[in-house]
Formats: sequence, structure tokens, C-alpha cells
Amino acid sequence: MKAATLEFQEATKVYAGSPEPAVDRLSLEVPAGEICVLVGPSGCGKTTAMRMANRMIDMTSGDILLDGRSVGERRPAELRREIGYAIQQVGLFPHMTVAGNVATVPRLLGWDRKRIAARVDELLELVSLDPAETRDRYPSQLSGGQRQRVGVARALAVDPPLMLMDEPFGAIDPINRERLQNEFLRLQEEIRKTVVFVTHDIDEAIKMGDRIAVLQKGGKLAQYAPPAELLAEPANEFVEDFVGADRALKRLSLQRVREVDLWQAPLVRDGERPPTGEFDVDYPLVVDAAGRPVRWLSGSRAEPVIELDDVLRDALSEMLQHETQYAPVVDARGAVAGVLSVEIIGQSLAP
Amino acid sequence: MTIAQVQIRDRSSEESCVADNGFCPDWIWDNFDRYVDPFWDHVYLTVVAVAIGFLISFGLALLAYRRRWLVAPIVNVTGILYTVPSLAAFFLLLPITGRGTTTALIALVAYTLLIIFRNVLAGLDNVPEEAKDAGRGMGLTQRQLLWRVELPLAVPEIVAGVRVAATTTVGLATLAFFAGAGGLGGEIFADINFKSNVVTAGGLCVLLAAVLDLGLLLVQRAVSPWSRA
Repeated sequence: MKAATLEFQEATKVYAGSPEPAVDRLSLEVPAGEICVLVGPSGCGKTTAMRMANRMIDMTSGDILLDGRSVGERRPAELRREIGYAIQQVGLFPHMTVAGNVATVPRLLGWDRKRIAARVDELLELVSLDPAETRDRYPSQLSGGQRQRVGVARALAVDPPLMLMDEPFGAIDPINRERLQNEFLRLQEEIRKTVVFVTHDIDEAIKMGDRIAVLQKGGKLAQYAPPAELLAEPANEFVEDFVGADRALKRLSLQRVREVDLWQAPLVRDGERPPTGEFDVDYPLVVDAAGRPVRWLSGSRAEPVIELDDVLRDALSEMLQHETQYAPVVDARGAVAGVLSVEIIGQSLAP
Repeated sequence: MTIAQVQIRDRSSEESCVADNGFCPDWIWDNFDRYVDPFWDHVYLTVVAVAIGFLISFGLALLAYRRRWLVAPIVNVTGILYTVPSLAAFFLLLPITGRGTTTALIALVAYTLLIIFRNVLAGLDNVPEEAKDAGRGMGLTQRQLLWRVELPLAVPEIVAGVRVAATTTVGLATLAFFAGAGGLGGEIFADINFKSNVVTAGGLCVLLAAVLDLGLLLVQRAVSPWSRA
């Protein structure tokens, strides 16, 4: 199914007996095929906002449109079958095998056996699980990471146009968490779903989000912007605090080396004379026959070697580690593509 | 009402083991026939009482699961039924329902209610919250959630309750003959001093309880293979 747009229109939730709204006139539009991260401190209403989209929580006023149609006029159970749902505790059914869990919604929709079995295997492969090995296991026989993957597969079962994910990687150790995040981003390249992703972790938000909605206490939307804009121009003090004092460094992790203008240094093959002319760097760099960096002509080592696909934050860290201002950058074949300097990195943060 | 002490053996001509009220394998072998019909009465009383008790408590538990205010009154009423001394229950019912199987069954059913009700409810309450949330979030209706997720997950606790109720009922059913419903109790009390008699009738009760318990355990294993995984 094609991804759908999701639009919050002044969506408001006031819980009975609470003087303040949990979500206060939230308006934002998630374009089809993008990941929108709802982020904020606990109690900011981000989970409530997400759960209003599939009517797990009914809003008090306002509206939410899925592909232009109000969710309020849909029967909740039907609406939810069209929306993928993955939560932090995963909530796999302990009494069903992996296959049974993944098949939950297809069964509700009355798919035939063969189609379900084929879809289950396809989904397990999609989330990097071996179908033959995992299909007939019970959730208690899986690792935490495997359970999360099954949870994502189950949410994707009927190819929903919208996915709701509430801290789906929250209960996983940092290493597996990073891996699951990367896997999901790779998966998203392929499936291009509209995703509403809830987290309290700003780093995760920056990594996962095409757009980030920062909510503050009382369920007010503080800012809704792509990650780079959020970091470069926080809308108010709350957002500035929330993104952290190291927001400049965080911005560096959003840019890759290939996206900045590298400097050119004179390249010398061993034993040859340095070329003459105007260069950004005065120090000639010695390269081998394939154009790979060997050392600076002055004799100091040409380290670290940065790759075009490195993010600026990692590149800077390596340069600081090696106590150097300049580092050669190589392309995929290992040949010199230019020179990165601390100065270039500094300029990349300028508006 | 007086309990007639029926003589089930002819003391004069028997060998000394029987005359001494001893444990006599030969006598048991020769007289085993007399225990067969009471045994099947006992099985009938137990199985029917537990089955009816299960249906009633299961229904009550489903009602009370969604309407929590019902829990306290149901527990109170079934609790009172549970504490009425069993012998008294049979005699209290006699003027209303008369002698016979019905009277015995009413009393036996009453004793199963609290045990099974509490176990069904506990089983449902122990279903992980996140599984319910995920189920609802994927579009299961309230009813689908109950029958496809909550009840299957509650099976081990439900069966545990039925097992306790079944073994308890086997014991209580030995008193059913006071209500005129037969059962192994009639045999036990017919000659309570004679070891051979008491051991045989009592042993059949224990055997029945063990078989029912094991059978229910196997049923539970069969329908909830995940609980061993």
C-alpha cells in the first residue's frame, strides 16, 4: 500500500480529572513516506499524541486526517488494522509462535493460509531473521533484539500506509539498538512508509527523523523541523536546552565529508617534483601509483585518512585524536579526493 | 437421620483376617465387584459437578473481568458457600431438593465456584499488559482479544483451578451418600471399622483424584505448548 500523509489539526487531549491538556492543539503534517519523530521529556504527551492517530486514545477536540480522511469517522478496530503498531515492550503474544504473531493482522483480514505463510517468510527475511529457524519458535525462545525484529515484522504484515512506533528500540542495549536503528533506516529506504516514531532520546530523534517535533510539558509543540534546522536554529530556550549544549557537534553528525568543499593539496608521486601553482594547502602530499596517500612531503605521517562517507563528527574526532589540523580524504577506491581541515568543519556550521 | 451400619460381611464363617477387621487381599479380590457401581457413581458426581461448576464460574469470571465491581459480591457469595460445612450443606438442601443426585450435585458445584472463579480471573489479570496493548493496537476487537489472546494465555491458571476443584470434589463426594447420591462414601461408611473395606473404597477415591489431576495436567500441556517453551 502507498504511504499516506498524516495531518494533526489542533488535536487536543484532556484527560478526565486533569486541569491541563496532555496534548494541546497539536498541528503538524507528516508528508507521505517520511519519518516524523515525536520527542520530548516524559509527560510531554508524545505517546498520547501518537496513540490518538490510531484511536487507542480518543482526542478531546481537533482532528487527525489519514490521507485526508478523519480517523474519527472510522471504526477503531478497522482503522488500526491499516496502521502498523510497534511498542517498546514489543508485546508479542507469548502463546503464539513467531509465525502466528506476524500473521495476526493478515488473519484478522481473512487472508488464506498460503498467502499468510508466504508473507510471514518474506517479512522475516525483511527484518534479517532466518524464516526456517525462527518461524516456529515462541517469543520466550528469542533474544531481545530478535523480538524487536519480530515486532517490526508484525507491524509491517499487511503493508500498512502508516506505522506508529513507540520507543521501539528503547529496551535494547546500546550496541544492538544502534544496529536495529540502522537496519530500520535501511528498511525504510526500501518500504518508504509514513512513520510516527516516539522517543525521549534526542540523539535517536536526530538519527531517525526526517522531521522532528519537539514537545514540551503540557503537550505543546515547541518546534517542528528537519534535524539540521532544529539544531541550527532552535525555536526557543526549551528546544535549545533539550537538544543539548553539544548541538553544534550533533549537527556535525548530520553532514558527511562528501557534502563539504574539500581543499586541494599539491599531490606528488614519490621521487617527482612537486607541481607548481595555487593550492589551498601549501604542504604537498605524497601519493603512490594508485593515488593513495603515503605521507606529507615534509615527512610527517598522513594520518588519519578520512573517507568521503564519514560524518564530519567522526572525522573531527579522528583529527583531534591525531593532533592534526589537516587530513587527507580518500574515495571508495582509496585515492585522494582532497584534504579536510578543522577550518572547513568550522565553516560547515556557518549558516 | 441415623446412619445405618450395614454389615457387609459374614463374620461367623470368615477366616480370622476378616474377623479381625484386617487388611485382607483375598477378601478384596473376591468382593471387588461391590465397589464398581459406587465408583462410577463417584466419577459421575465428580465430573458433572466440576463441569457445571466450571461453566458457572467461567461465565461469572468473564462478566466480572470487564465489570470489576462484580468481583467483590461474587467472591463474597461463593466464599460463603465455600465455608458452609459440607455435611451441613447436604442436610440443609434435603428439605428443598429431596434425596438424590441433584442435591449432592448442587452442594458439590457450590464448593467449586470460588476456586475456579478466582483462578480464571487471576489468569486473565496476569495476561501481560503489553500483549493486550499490542493486540488492541493491531485492531483486535474486545471479543477477539479475549478469545485469541487473553483466554489462551490464562489457560495454565484456569486449568490449575479446575485441578484443585476436581481433587477437592472427589473428597467431598464421599459425603454425597448422605444425600442419597451413592458414591464410594456409602461403601466407606457401611463398614468403617473394616480396614479392607476402607482401604479399597478410599484407595479408589485417591486413584480417581490422581487420574483426574494427571488428565487435566496433560490437557493443559496439550493446549498450551508455549508454557513449556
